Amino acid sequence: MTSSAKTAKSSAAKSSAKADAVAEAKNKLDAHVRAIVKWHFSPATGSPFWLDWAKQAGWDPAKEVKGFADILRFPNFNDEWLRDEQPKRWVPKAYAGKPFKIFETGGTTGMPKQRISWTDHDHDYSEFSNTIEEKYFPKGSDWLMAGPTGPRRLRLAIEHLANVRGGCCYHLDLDPRWVKRCIGKGDYAQAEAYKEHVVDQAITILRHRQGINCLFTTPKILEAMAERTSLVGLGIKGVFCGGTSMTPQVVRFLAEEVLEGKAQFVPTYGNTLMGLACSEPVSAKGGWSVVYHAPQPRAVLRVVDPADSTKDVAVGGWGRVELSTFTKEFFMPRLLERDEAQRREPYVCYPWDGVADVRPFGAQSGKIIEGVY
Amino acid sequence: MATHDTPEGPRIHIPALRFGTAYRSQDTATTAGAVVSQVNSGLIRRDLLNLSGAVAALQDIPTAQLFAMCRKAGELYQHGTLPVGDAGDQQAPEDYVRQASASTGLPHALVRNNMGKIAYVLNNMDEILRGLTRGLDPAVIDAGLGTQSGVPVSYYRTADALGVVLPSNSPGVNSLWIPALALKVPVILKPGRDDPWTPWRIIQALIAGGVPAKAFGYYPTGHDGAHTVLAGCGRSLLFGDASITKRWASDPRVEVHGPGYSKVLIGETHIDRWQELIPVLADSVAANGGRSCVNASAIVVPRNGAAIAAALAERLATIVPRSADDAGAGLAGFANPAMAESISASIDQGLKEPGAVDHSAKLRAGPRLVVHDGRTYLLPTVVACGSFDHPLANREFLFPYTSVVEVPQSRMLDLIGPSLVVSAIGDDPAWRRALLASPLIHRLNLGAMPTSHVHWDQPHEGNLFEFLYRRRAVQVAG
Repeated sequence: MTSSAKTAKSSAAKSSAKADAVAEAKNKLDAHVRAIVKWHFSPATGSPFWLDWAKQAGWDPAKEVKGFADILRFPNFNDEWLRDEQPKRWVPKAYAGKPFKIFETGGTTGMPKQRISWTDHDHDYSEFSNTIEEKYFPKGSDWLMAGPTGPRRLRLAIEHLANVRGGCCYHLDLDPRWVKRCIGKGDYAQAEAYKEHVVDQAITILRHRQGINCLFTTPKILEAMAERTSLVGLGIKGVFCGGTSMTPQVVRFLAEEVLEGKAQFVPTYGNTLMGLACSEPVSAKGGWSVVYHAPQPRAVLRVVDPADSTKDVAVGGWGRVELSTFTKEFFMPRLLERDEAQRREPYVCYPWDGVADVRPFGAQSGKIIEGVY
Repeated sequence: MATHDTPEGPRIHIPALRFGTAYRSQDTATTAGAVVSQVNSGLIRRDLLNLSGAVAALQDIPTAQLFAMCRKAGELYQHGTLPVGDAGDQQAPEDYVRQASASTGLPHALVRNNMGKIAYVLNNMDEILRGLTRGLDPAVIDAGLGTQSGVPVSYYRTADALGVVLPSNSPGVNSLWIPALALKVPVILKPGRDDPWTPWRIIQALIAGGVPAKAFGYYPTGHDGAHTVLAGCGRSLLFGDASITKRWASDPRVEVHGPGYSKVLIGETHIDRWQELIPVLADSVAANGGRSCVNASAIVVPRNGAAIAAALAERLATIVPRSADDAGAGLAGFANPAMAESISASIDQGLKEPGAVDHSAKLRAGPRLVVHDGRTYLLPTVVACGSFDHPLANREFLFPYTSVVEVPQSRMLDLIGPSLVVSAIGDDPAWRRALLASPLIHRLNLGAMPTSHVHWDQPHEGNLFEFLYRRRAVQVAG
């Protein structure tokens, strides 16, 4: 066999293996979706909210949803429900009487959006723990959580991540709502001062506690910390980052300059409603593009046509991000996120669609100005 | 690779410059003929923490030598072939004219005019600095102390870098930051989205002229990056619309160049000879395609408003879209047609309010917005307004637009509001004294002179030397 024939054969084999993996993942997703929908829409196990919803919908999801494709029969999830409904309305009957945690998402003023959880957050971060490299996130190392605290699940989730990996987790106080409020009022000096306050806390912990090799933070805080000192010099080996969109240039800058090309940078896309979407490894070879894959089958990300969210955009096309969450604790079909992204092909470790280069929805639309500039 | 190939032809990649070193970003933006690296704000902030090398690079070069470097750069900028992009491409002056025209919409003739202004500043840096420093011996800047008019003086730098957030409307504004180099202050430039060419070419000319490359930061970036430049440089010039300038309006480190709202005021002594003034009015409104903050956006007269508006509209109606390379082209196209549509719609909306007449409308065959050679233009527009309360009376748009407003001479200074340039045409001594005392006027032209007329020995919207240097008391023993 010639070498080109060998290459063609190997390529065909890889392509066939990938197709098999994609098909297997799809089957697994369909089975999971069937089970979860049945759970939330069966009187013996379901939640008051979804059981009431089904009564008015005129169809029975418990019987009629056979797989993920049937989820398109649900309209886009109205996230105002998370503000307006009492948390108990989301409790599946199977969990009745079991105390739950309430986590919040977004919000600056007024009533925030809330979801309930028992162990979803632990589960998501235990799974995430299996994806990170021992070399950069050594087992037994301690963590610093320099991200949003308060009523967000990150506070508990990062501590759980540190604990399942055999370490402890240091924290600081960070209220992102205050920062948003300052910026909303145009008080940029106050917002900057608050950032300095957060960075002060983080650097103080790093300087006074030994054994912290791992860090969770946001890109802005990471940049600001590294403007004060070498994080690598203080022992940081791996940084897990989330909380905002990151362009390929930001990722490259953080990896090459902020982390000096020595510590590993792991971007993630996630929120209280989804769990944690892992990224394919970022690299110069991949153009520093960040491609996220949802924690399927527990959550699914689609990139949809903004004009008709039942339609996926073509692979490589841009569209709005739609999230569905399927766990026994929480069912949320087809929430349109406030982000847009590029749809990407399934990846070897995550044989389902990816979402790449996430940015705020409508970021590319222009505005009209007056004046000669 | 030298270029990015596109269906419209090759595009040159313009990188950022980090203290003179090219940096190709992962994020890019495109404008006609160029793919431009877009850097993130964190990268800029990180570089601004390391300005000492840039400062040191300029510090020990005698000012007289910097003048000579600028002179050489002026020659190269206007007539030389200079590097463009990061892949070995070269740019002759005509290439620059064509490229800047394509991305900004200015016709070649106006780009050349702007080149002339920039070259003048480079070639005459000693004269410019003499004007800015009121005749200070440049050796005082070199030594930090000396004498002026027999008095001991000492000046120190107020910033390690001058940040400049540039517009795309007209290349000429780049002339405002160049003197910083001769004053030994490094520059951190954020080019306008549609004019990456001009600051790049000036930098290349200055480097070829001998100015150390380390003295230059060139950071194409978005709004977040622009704010980082302004927050991180000790002193900055900001060109922008209200959405960005508002945040910096009261920061003494930032000199804001927003809309100019420049005006021509005709006084009682000259109003009955208004026909003679039409050429001055036309130049004020339409020079440089009406794209500068020094273009008049209102003409204020005690009477004859309708007649003046009609005559001026007739004169301006001769300015029509022409091919970009037509030597007689005086109108600039819009790189973004949606902006032209929005401006035109805004004027039409204003005309629905009683008290305004579009005197240009009856002189044109069709709508204000026209497409010529595939490019969108707005035809010159003169609107007579009954008072300054009308929504179209004090508006500044990116094309030859003006209102003509009737106001008694005695009330003019009460109503004009802040005005970058006022050309006041009148001989009444009391009126002149009032004009000279007015804090609303940044640049005052006394007599029949277009608002666009610039003497370079006069500061433009602030004095760069006073912005970048502060005088300290100094006493030397013995």
